[in-house]
Amino acid sequence: MIDITGWTPVTKIENVPLREGRAVTVGGSEIAIFHLEGRYLTIENKCPHKGGPLCDGIVSGTTVVCPLHGQRFDLETGMPVLASQPGCVAIFPTRVEEGVIFVDLGGRSKGQDEVAA
Amino acid sequence: MKRQLVVVGNGMAGVACVEQILKQPHDFEITIFGDETHANYNRILLSLVLAGEKSPEDIVINDIEWYQTHDIRARLGVKITGIDREKRVVIDEDGGETEYDKLILATGSSAFIPPIPGVDKKNVHVFRTLDDTRALLEKARPGLKTAVIGGGLLGLEAARGLQVRGCEVTVVHLMETLMERQLDATGGEYLKRKIESLGIRVMLPQQTAALFGNGRVDGLRFASGEELEADLVVIAAGIRPNAELGRSAGLEVRRGIVVNDYMATSDPYIFAVGECTEHRGQTFGLVAPLFDQGRVLASTITGNGGPAFTGASPAAKLKIMGVDIFSAGSIDESEAGVETVRYEDPSLGAYKKLLLKDNRLHGMILVGDIEDEHVYMDWMRSGTDLTPHRRQILFPPRDADPGREVADMPDSETVCGCNGVRKGDIIQAIHAHGITTLAGVKERTRASTSCGSCTGLCEKLLRAVTPDFQEETRTTLCSCVPFSYEQLRDIIRGQKLKSVEEVLNVYGNRKGCEVCKPALSYLLDMVWCGDHDEDRSARFINDRVHANIQKDGTFSVVPRMRGGVTTPDELRRIADVADKYKVPMVKVTGSQRIDLLGIKKADLPKVWADLGMPSGQAYTKGVRMVKTCVGTEFCRFGVQDSTGAGIELERRLENLFTPHKFKMGVVGCPRNCAEATVKDLGMVGQEGSWQVVVGGAAGKSVRKADLLITVETTEQALEAADLFFQYYRENANYLERSYDFVERLGIEKIRKETVYAPEVEKRNLLDRLARSKALAKDAWLERETPVHPTQFVQIQPMEVKPA
Repeated sequence: MIDITGWTPVTKIENVPLREGRAVTVGGSEIAIFHLEGRYLTIENKCPHKGGPLCDGIVSGTTVVCPLHGQRFDLETGMPVLASQPGCVAIFPTRVEEGVIFVDLGGRSKGQDEVAA
Repeated sequence: MKRQLVVVGNGMAGVACVEQILKQPHDFEITIFGDETHANYNRILLSLVLAGEKSPEDIVINDIEWYQTHDIRARLGVKITGIDREKRVVIDEDGGETEYDKLILATGSSAFIPPIPGVDKKNVHVFRTLDDTRALLEKARPGLKTAVIGGGLLGLEAARGLQVRGCEVTVVHLMETLMERQLDATGGEYLKRKIESLGIRVMLPQQTAALFGNGRVDGLRFASGEELEADLVVIAAGIRPNAELGRSAGLEVRRGIVVNDYMATSDPYIFAVGECTEHRGQTFGLVAPLFDQGRVLASTITGNGGPAFTGASPAAKLKIMGVDIFSAGSIDESEAGVETVRYEDPSLGAYKKLLLKDNRLHGMILVGDIEDEHVYMDWMRSGTDLTPHRRQILFPPRDADPGREVADMPDSETVCGCNGVRKGDIIQAIHAHGITTLAGVKERTRASTSCGSCTGLCEKLLRAVTPDFQEETRTTLCSCVPFSYEQLRDIIRGQKLKSVEEVLNVYGNRKGCEVCKPALSYLLDMVWCGDHDEDRSARFINDRVHANIQKDGTFSVVPRMRGGVTTPDELRRIADVADKYKVPMVKVTGSQRIDLLGIKKADLPKVWADLGMPSGQAYTKGVRMVKTCVGTEFCRFGVQDSTGAGIELERRLENLFTPHKFKMGVVGCPRNCAEATVKDLGMVGQEGSWQVVVGGAAGKSVRKADLLITVETTEQALEAADLFFQYYRENANYLERSYDFVERLGIEKIRKETVYAPEVEKRNLLDRLARSKALAKDAWLERETPVHPTQFVQIQPMEVKPA
């Protein structure tokens, strides 16, 4: 039985190379984990524009660029970088313990527009 | 008998003055003393030598030959220690005397060394001369903790130069903001952000109280009590006129040797020019006024009469690539009657401030956007009444008549302040040498070879004067790494940078983006012929998994089918793969190949293995295919073996990367069934010969290819193809298709530099192609040896053990 509400061990850190993302499906959600210089950040793996796999995007600083149409999201906030872009992506608290990446699937939060809704 | 003219000082001001004297009728025999042992060099470019952008040889202004040609006695490495004004001789350090009828003091200035305890320790340097620069270059190495004391022009340029060499640099500045003599607080803040984004630490305001260390410097102690570790310290705290010689001779000297409007000192036989002078209470540290002084003095001393020197309004430009800073005129806002107009855009890092007085431009600060510098300088110099321009003053419209600005300019106006080149000099050179390019102007006049700020103006001059002006395109890659492709190729080569990260860390914003990362990946691969540090995170997803991403996140797979020729066995395997992986669509492409669409990332390696065919590179900016007709093999009309030649062409170039996708075609007769004349490269068979054509297109643009050359044998045609292919790889901008490239350069130039190039250049192109080819691999072999364990593998979540 997988506890999808709390901290879930997802994968070993060596599975996510530096400045790249990898997708995992955990508890029914497809998430993308990114490795930024010793930090791991997790967002939902679906661009709100046309559903592009964000895990395959090029990382620029703390943002990721969707490989399909170049939409850009901040990995720390899930917010789009340009105000003119539609929607934001959910982010998940992430931490590393003994070389394993843990994601808090219950800690999912989405940018301001959804919070306000 | 000729009169003796002695010049003490072999720097820019003294020699520039002598150059002016040589242009006038005179009866002098000239001797120049210089205490540095080098021929005259352009001191303001030392920072570029430090940064490795120029070599010491590049900055020589007058080589030894120049002295000989003009019968000038150069006494280099000889220091003049005294003047006997009664006997009219100068005395060198060995006691030797040299007579003069007229004497010019051009002794320049020295680095000011603040009286801080410890400045005499080892590894504490100034940055003023070529020797200083060489000494710094010897010390600089990656990771060396370096402190630069002084946040002015020179300090920042030194800091950048050392940082490019890998040093960990901190700039320590006494004042609240950087370059406070040229910028206001806002401008200084923008500059600080820019400098920090390059990876240089800035500490403000910070007064250095002492340098500590046992013999060798170990660090700085500040007045605040804080300390900074440093194994190398560069002092760039300003300059002081070298006026000692004048003072000891009893000339009137205050901060500098006092001169009047004709550059005469208090002794009628002695004159002074350059940074050692003081004129109307002003001393000088920038190059442009020195040339004006030199011209005035040349007229004075030859007795030809002429203009007076009435002072100079300061203009300064920071010479750090990618950090655009320009300041000119008065920036004192508190001056009575001055009003200011401002614009800033933090995201762009752009800030402009214009100071107006009586509706005339009085001073300016330009940060980040210095495009309009020349318009402003023109307004300021000419005292233009700006009333009609007020609404557009921050973004002056580009002149509809580009020749207008140039036509309005008098011939005597200085275009290149660094090298003292006037409009008239450039026009004369253009006519005399038939110059059509900026490079030609640079070579013949030296204009625009120093700081580059007059480049735009030189281009306008060329455009106005010469009917067939050839513009050099200089496209900046992207704001993350704001250099042209040409500069980046030089930087990567010159600084031996092997990875995208290195380029971004040293020359960029340390982040990069989806535009510059793939472009830099390409440049590195091309420059180092594949022997670079490949970083897959800098590649687009297609180049990470060697397949073309589709709208649903699945991939398409196109195996290589050289020349469009396949076998029943291959077709069977393709069919089996389509069945086994339930491929939603199998499609014949326009490239005579077969596309399997809708493959999952995790299945890619298995699909490739089952196909047993190499990658067709249909997903990348690289060699796509060679489309062929059946040629002499089967066709009634074929006159050349187009299939054989096409397959061979594909073999020779496959697996290589190109600036944009690269499609080829080979046809066995001029009926052109495989459309070779609308391909990036085509071979068109004729009776007894091949036409090699380049730059064709049948996509978004349609363009008939240009004929590169007609040759007799297939081997010759393949070699011509190789030459063009490598030339395009090396000279096109990233994402520039061959048809744009051919139009930009013109087919004649391309012919001259490929098929008609000297043998040695051809061989070099082919050698570099061969080296790249030797390291190029079928990307699909990564199915056996992935670059990362999860390159293709779908990560499975970990088992959660019951608590």
